[in-house]
Amino acid sequence: MTRHYSALSLVKEGLKGQKGWAPAWTSPQPKPRYDMVIVGGGGHGLATAYYLAKTHGITNVAVIEKGWLGGGNTGRNTTVVRSNYFFPESVRLYDMALKLYEGLSRELNYNIMLSQRGMISLAHTPAEMEMAARVVNAMQINGTDAELFGPGDVKRVLPVYNFGPKARYPALGGVWQGRSGTARHDAVAWGYARAASALGVDILQQCEVQEFLIEGGRCRGVKTSRGEIRADRVGLAVAGHSSQMAAKAGFRLPVTSYALQACVSEPVKPILDTVVLSPGAGTYASQSDKGEMVVGGGLDRIPSYGQRGNLPVLETVISGLVEMFPSFRQLKLMRQWAGIVDVAPDSSPIIGESPLPGLFLNCGWGTGGFKAIPAGGTLLAHLLATGQHHDISRPFDLDRFARGRLIDEAAGSGIAH
Amino acid sequence: MTARRLPLGGEIERARPLRFTFDGKVIEGFVGDTLASALLASGRQVLGRSFKYRRPRGLFGAGVEEPNICADVTEGAAFRPNQRVTTEPARDGLVLRSASTAPDAERDRTGFIDLFARFIPSGFYYKTFMFPDWHLFEPRIRAMAGLGRVDPAKTGPVGDQVNHFCDALVIGAGPVGLAAARMLAGAGKSVVLADDGSRPGGSLLYREAEIDGMPGADWLAETLAQLAGLGVTILPRTTAFGLYDHGLVALNQRHEDGRADTLWRVRPERIVLAAGAIERPLPFSMNDLPGIMSAQAGLSYLRRQAVLPGANIVVAANNSTGAGVARAMAEAGARVTLVDRRPDTAPLSGIACHAGRSIDRALGRKAVQGVVLDDGTEITCDCLLVSGGFTPTIHLYAQAKGRLAWDETRLAFLPGDPVPGLTVIGGAAGQFTLGEAFATLPAALGLEGAPTAAPSSYAITPAWPEPGRKGRIWIDYQHDVTAKDVELAARENFTSVEHLKRYTTLGMATDQGKTSNLNGLALMGALTGREIPEVGTTTYRPPFTPVPYTSLAGLRGGERMNPLRRLALEGRHRALGAAMGEYGGWLRPVHYGEDDAAILAEAKMARATVGLFDASPLGKIEVIGPDAADFLDFIYYNTVSTLKPGGCRYGFILAESGVVYDDGVLVRLDEHRFVVSCSSSHVAGVHAMLEEWRQDRFPARRIFIHNATAGTATITVTGPEARAAIRAAGIAADLDDAAFPHMTTRPGRHGDTPLRLTRVSFTGDRSYELSIRQDLAPGLWDALDGAARALGGGPIGIEAVMILRAEKGYIVIGKDSDGMTRPMDLGLAGPLRSKKAEFIGKRSLLQEEAQRPDRNQLVGLQPADGGGLLPVGAHGLDLSGAAPRSIGYVTSSYPGAGHDGPVALALIERGASRHGEVIELHHLGSRRRARITAPCAFDPKGDRLNG
Amino acid sequence: MQIFSCPFCGPRPEYEFHFGGDLGNHRPEGFDAVPDQKWADYLYFRNNPKGMAREVWMHLTCGEMFSMTRDTVTMEAAPGEALAEGQP
Repeated sequence: MTRHYSALSLVKEGLKGQKGWAPAWTSPQPKPRYDMVIVGGGGHGLATAYYLAKTHGITNVAVIEKGWLGGGNTGRNTTVVRSNYFFPESVRLYDMALKLYEGLSRELNYNIMLSQRGMISLAHTPAEMEMAARVVNAMQINGTDAELFGPGDVKRVLPVYNFGPKARYPALGGVWQGRSGTARHDAVAWGYARAASALGVDILQQCEVQEFLIEGGRCRGVKTSRGEIRADRVGLAVAGHSSQMAAKAGFRLPVTSYALQACVSEPVKPILDTVVLSPGAGTYASQSDKGEMVVGGGLDRIPSYGQRGNLPVLETVISGLVEMFPSFRQLKLMRQWAGIVDVAPDSSPIIGESPLPGLFLNCGWGTGGFKAIPAGGTLLAHLLATGQHHDISRPFDLDRFARGRLIDEAAGSGIAH
Repeated sequence: MTARRLPLGGEIERARPLRFTFDGKVIEGFVGDTLASALLASGRQVLGRSFKYRRPRGLFGAGVEEPNICADVTEGAAFRPNQRVTTEPARDGLVLRSASTAPDAERDRTGFIDLFARFIPSGFYYKTFMFPDWHLFEPRIRAMAGLGRVDPAKTGPVGDQVNHFCDALVIGAGPVGLAAARMLAGAGKSVVLADDGSRPGGSLLYREAEIDGMPGADWLAETLAQLAGLGVTILPRTTAFGLYDHGLVALNQRHEDGRADTLWRVRPERIVLAAGAIERPLPFSMNDLPGIMSAQAGLSYLRRQAVLPGANIVVAANNSTGAGVARAMAEAGARVTLVDRRPDTAPLSGIACHAGRSIDRALGRKAVQGVVLDDGTEITCDCLLVSGGFTPTIHLYAQAKGRLAWDETRLAFLPGDPVPGLTVIGGAAGQFTLGEAFATLPAALGLEGAPTAAPSSYAITPAWPEPGRKGRIWIDYQHDVTAKDVELAARENFTSVEHLKRYTTLGMATDQGKTSNLNGLALMGALTGREIPEVGTTTYRPPFTPVPYTSLAGLRGGERMNPLRRLALEGRHRALGAAMGEYGGWLRPVHYGEDDAAILAEAKMARATVGLFDASPLGKIEVIGPDAADFLDFIYYNTVSTLKPGGCRYGFILAESGVVYDDGVLVRLDEHRFVVSCSSSHVAGVHAMLEEWRQDRFPARRIFIHNATAGTATITVTGPEARAAIRAAGIAADLDDAAFPHMTTRPGRHGDTPLRLTRVSFTGDRSYELSIRQDLAPGLWDALDGAARALGGGPIGIEAVMILRAEKGYIVIGKDSDGMTRPMDLGLAGPLRSKKAEFIGKRSLLQEEAQRPDRNQLVGLQPADGGGLLPVGAHGLDLSGAAPRSIGYVTSSYPGAGHDGPVALALIERGASRHGEVIELHHLGSRRRARITAPCAFDPKGDRLNG
Repeated sequence: MQIFSCPFCGPRPEYEFHFGGDLGNHRPEGFDAVPDQKWADYLYFRNNPKGMAREVWMHLTCGEMFSMTRDTVTMEAAPGEALAEGQP
């Protein structure tokens, strides 16, 4: 069977009718006991398993997924990767992820199609330009790439933007990060799953956690729809459903679940070369390699577990986009969907041990989960393997809420992330 | 070149010919043609290319299900890419370009890619392009992908949007939908009947039927007349594309004349889904060749536009509808062969019939030239009409989270559990004969009066793609997903239906898999030993068909997009030549005159004599009642209940997190009446906050909150000559400083008009805020403007005010504070120490975070490097560690007006205790040096307040 | 577009409403006696139920707060109910 991916193996397999490929991952029966169990087979959960095996040599690991792997927010986002954050803690976290993304295709032997097309976060008023300068300077000091764009720069990267005299959102400039871009979201989940499976991790799909096994005040495993599974440590990476799992474990989290919507247009020839965000218009967009305009906006304002799009947000987001790019009125909406994101009060993630000893959290990513997958996996794996925080994850511990030490990007930069 | 227009028949208007071009060639047609029917009648077969392998493609369908053919359409100034030719009416003068072909569909240069198809199966891109780097390959792949193009020079027309309420929305105006609409309207309901076709009638427009004893066409005409009489709103060319929360249905209406589509938001009491069913293709090798078409589509072209799709036609079916199509084609003059997979199919006179047989492969390269049956029989043909059964159009039911149930006799997913408020009838409910559909209507609708139809029957035998078959069997036409790709997905363990979809892109093309999904999951089931219902379906997501952005955006755009709030005095400002700009959602005068050098001049004028400033957006929320003082003590960080009537006090409102949410001056008009003044961008937020705490903590009916912001205009008069200007403007008030000291409020009059004067200062100079009913403000403005000019002063814009306040060290919330700033950081620690009463955010000020010593604190900055203005957004640096570290940032920076030289404000770590220290600043890669000072750079003693 | 029913104004479109949090999230009184975690519970920690939720909403147009029972999965919402005096 062919396991290694390359142009050569594709040609060889092509001559044999593509019949020799090995399964990307196996579908084993659950074992009664693992060293580590990770609940949630999305990007973060799969990455955690991969780094446990790869970095820490812990391969007796199960990833438990209620549905199908990568079926939650990993497969529902707008595929943007970036580290254009304000606070040093955030930059360290997201830049760790971006750097890992930059080497991920080769590391996993799976093309995640990382496309660093650059991202412009637009400023529409002089006040927003001042704020953009504050952000760019913070990013530069914190060691990631950033430029302050002026109107001419915007014209260069967004030639079809609305520069007309009546534009509601004139582009005075903005924050440019050249290393930002997109990656193929499914490929990230599948690449990690394939690599983890190859290292011996069991990926258990269609396996729903019903309760936690709690003995002596410690989490000792999980009871699932496919039987009891015991483990020394359990990691939780279930995004929008974190509160539900926390309730089963007997505690509450500082998160609220909202639907985050996205949509794609019919594919058209290349017309938008970078990722563009307008906080004013409430819209961001990029064009996929297939030609689809991938468009997103802000959170729905109503807490929700309904994984579906609605009309008012769609209209707002599309209106914003066509105001920015009037010729995009020619496009047609092809698909609309929503993911359920768990939003913390400061919109920063929560990584650390939960109030139930033995159960470790990776949640609260809100709208920013996809871009952080390699870091989220690395940091949760570090916690599970060592029981200790990595330096980068320490500020994101759950204890920050009682201390009041929130990491609120919007508070610092004036730009909601 | 075998399809042809028949001399008679159809609904086309032969007296009204039209011409359009396709890939540069003239196509002739008639009013009543779709683009597709005219193209078909022209005899052209290759009308497009598939997305991946660039294979030649012709029409498969006749409606929204069409997977193959779309074109970029230019019509005068309008340009619309990716138009599905089967749903667009033909119009004279259109210019069509087949999507993503060069030079044209017939001769596309990328057709060679199909030769390499074996090396680029589903998901091949995940396995390669990693060395040296994806960036090397990506541009070429991007350039090849995409269907149509966007014309950046054309902004496209603006679509209308309509909101509508009705008792019942019937989706689908086929015979069953028409009957349902008639029954509902007859029962007195207001009914909207929407259909995505060009006219109501559905299958009656091309299929024979006998209803209530009359021919289908007659029944249709009679029913339409009845519906008109009953006031039913009929929306043709209108696709219900989404069913959203709380029963909202979104529909997109196309227009015959080509103007932009219209979005309908309809909220019916009841939804009746009568959207019919879509015919599936048959799986056999090379089933994607041009000339292979859905049998029902072929029938539709024949009957509606009088286009006979071939001279030598094979009809292949696995169900009982094949025979009717074969008969119709034969009657129209074609030589017809019927290949029916069902062994018991009855022979038809004049038609060669192969019962119990199916097609093994199609022959031909750019068009079908024949077929080979599974028994080896070879039949020559120029058109192959296929029917693999019918997939009910239950998209909206599934969007509403209805559960689908597999029906083994009809081989279709049907609505399972009922969804409240949604009734599925007719073909959408799997009732594929009219007799059956009509018979169930009374029970489904709870109404009498259903028509009757001549009995008929529907029978089908499975014809799913089978694992391991030789040849190339297309499952998804547009995306070139073949049976081998599904097998590859199964082999690699992408067996869940969502993995299948995402890995192979099955069903993700612009047709969203209307013809392909079921065949794909049937094959996956067979490959993995599962029944079809075990495999399940992917999630149904809106929209059912692609919706133009222009429909969704509607009229929003330009000044109609998030409209700015406008000042009552805007006319006066414009007359004075003001440059207007957006500040906190308001359109305000930035400065007066073209040149922004005016800003500093205005500020200096105000320092020298008097400046007039429109401060109307400043929030003015009245809090009234016996408990108002206690209430505001809780709201404010400062103690306010000790304020005397007629007095004013500056204070902060915190969030519960302890962060400064807003600042402003509280005015006590009398014992039980206060005015909360807040930042212009925080009015709604502060108002909601006041209401929230009033209702949460205070007895009802003892506090009343009224937002007077919109009804009140405020003009600030500031400068040494402010009092003189007010006097000269003829305003009646006791302006003597003893009677009217700083931080007090007094009533006054301007002519007959009462107004309120408040002595507060945002500039450091003697200032008066004059608040008046907003519609009377122009008169007051004119009087003050005249008086100020006579004194050497005049109006000043918001940027001049920014200079005046910055050199005084007065902050703007959100600019000089951020979302972490606590009141102590701004130098106001007193209330936390001394205020006994509870207030919002108090507990949070005791948190470790609020009390840590290294917080960013408000300071002033002066350039210490001989340079000019310090850049806003520059960060202070701590250079003591291995890497530079930010210690805060410059928040405001201006040339001084009273102060000689630049002034700046900043939030700097431990800043309050570092006055005099020089720090390094980082700005866009360059360095500056600045000295930390007190925030106030001008008149620190405040002598000018009474100057 | 969801339609919520304000107990004072009747059914109105969703954009007129503001989500106010869990019903019964009482503000701990007593200032410095409140432990850090208890204060954080009130400020930040949420029930975030999947399914039936009892919540406080404000109808921004009339400024009144009310309680509403809502299903966070199906989005079905019962008509809002006026809060009894003193009920948070």
